[in-house]
Amino acid sequence: MTSSYSPETLETGDPSQPGPRWFLRGVRTAISLPGLLLCGAFIGFAAIARDTGLTLVEAVFMTAIIWALPAQIVLLGAMASGASLPAAAIAVTLTSVRLMPMVVSIVPEMRARGTRPWVLYLLSHFVAVTSWVLAMDRFRHVPRDRRTAFYGGIGATLVSGMLLVLAVVYGTAAVLPPMLAAGLVFLTPSYFLFSLWSSARERASHAAMLAGMVLGPLLHPLLPGFDLLAAGIIAGLGAFGLHLASERRGQGG
Amino acid sequence: MTVLHGDVAWWWPYVFIVLAGWLPTDVWRWAGVALGGRLDETSRWMVLVRCVATALVAAVIGNLVVYPQGPLGDLPVALRIGALAAGFAAYLLAGKRMIAGILTAEAALFAGVLLSGA
Repeated sequence: MTSSYSPETLETGDPSQPGPRWFLRGVRTAISLPGLLLCGAFIGFAAIARDTGLTLVEAVFMTAIIWALPAQIVLLGAMASGASLPAAAIAVTLTSVRLMPMVVSIVPEMRARGTRPWVLYLLSHFVAVTSWVLAMDRFRHVPRDRRTAFYGGIGATLVSGMLLVLAVVYGTAAVLPPMLAAGLVFLTPSYFLFSLWSSARERASHAAMLAGMVLGPLLHPLLPGFDLLAAGIIAGLGAFGLHLASERRGQGG
Repeated sequence: MTVLHGDVAWWWPYVFIVLAGWLPTDVWRWAGVALGGRLDETSRWMVLVRCVATALVAAVIGNLVVYPQGPLGDLPVALRIGALAAGFAAYLLAGKRMIAGILTAEAALFAGVLLSGA
């Protein structure tokens, strides 16, 4: 039997097992510590959505078709503050740029000979921090031509699990003691902070994070509706400047 | 009047979510598939893109902590910032383990409320 797999990928899985079996393995992979942490973040989102005035159906719809929590929070904030549609769209566009390099890096891992492009376009909707981290960690144990099924299992499980969490929490958040509700809402920024810090590639991204965390709240009362945009651009450009400066220093010395 | 609290048609929030949420998000995912593997991830242009995107999400984190909706907003702002900072320190000390950071941040928040005698 000839193999088309690249030699550096370690394959411990049995390629003769059918796709559905690998889909189920993806389901099992999704039920994990990162999956649990994502539940925490979505419990927070459900409480925030409820407090902001989004209906449950709107919150479920938003989660299913966007599937990127930072974008959802940004959109929610824009809807609540009365931002115009173009302003909201620009803020979400900038928030979601980060998904492109994630997709760019996962697609070559997932593509086998004969993978149809529409499958990749469909699966790309599942790409967000949690599924990306899980998949990039496990792919080397999955035969190349079963990876799309495996990733489909991870993505479908995470999405449907979070929709369930959303529905349950949205209904019960009102009856929770305030301290518990506060703790749940606090899970979302904590999860963002740690997952974003872990996934940052270069030191410049860490600098951008620290600057953005300070600038966001500072600009919030000054530029309502444009605070996130302004903080992202100013802090991002500043961090990029540091990156260029350190590159030049690296070349000079 | 806003999309959420104004006198708007029932379908308008959905159109808003589709046009300002879904499209601007999935467009980047599709671009990622189209470019998949052909883009140099170490190029300066990609570093700039990552910096702006990261800073924007970081601003979201800052606003969620400093200007939260609902019951979290009733706690002192210094406590919220302090609890996140404590969680961040624990996360770094534990070798970037998310679970350590989240548990510490939550524990610090609850401890702060109990100690301040709420």
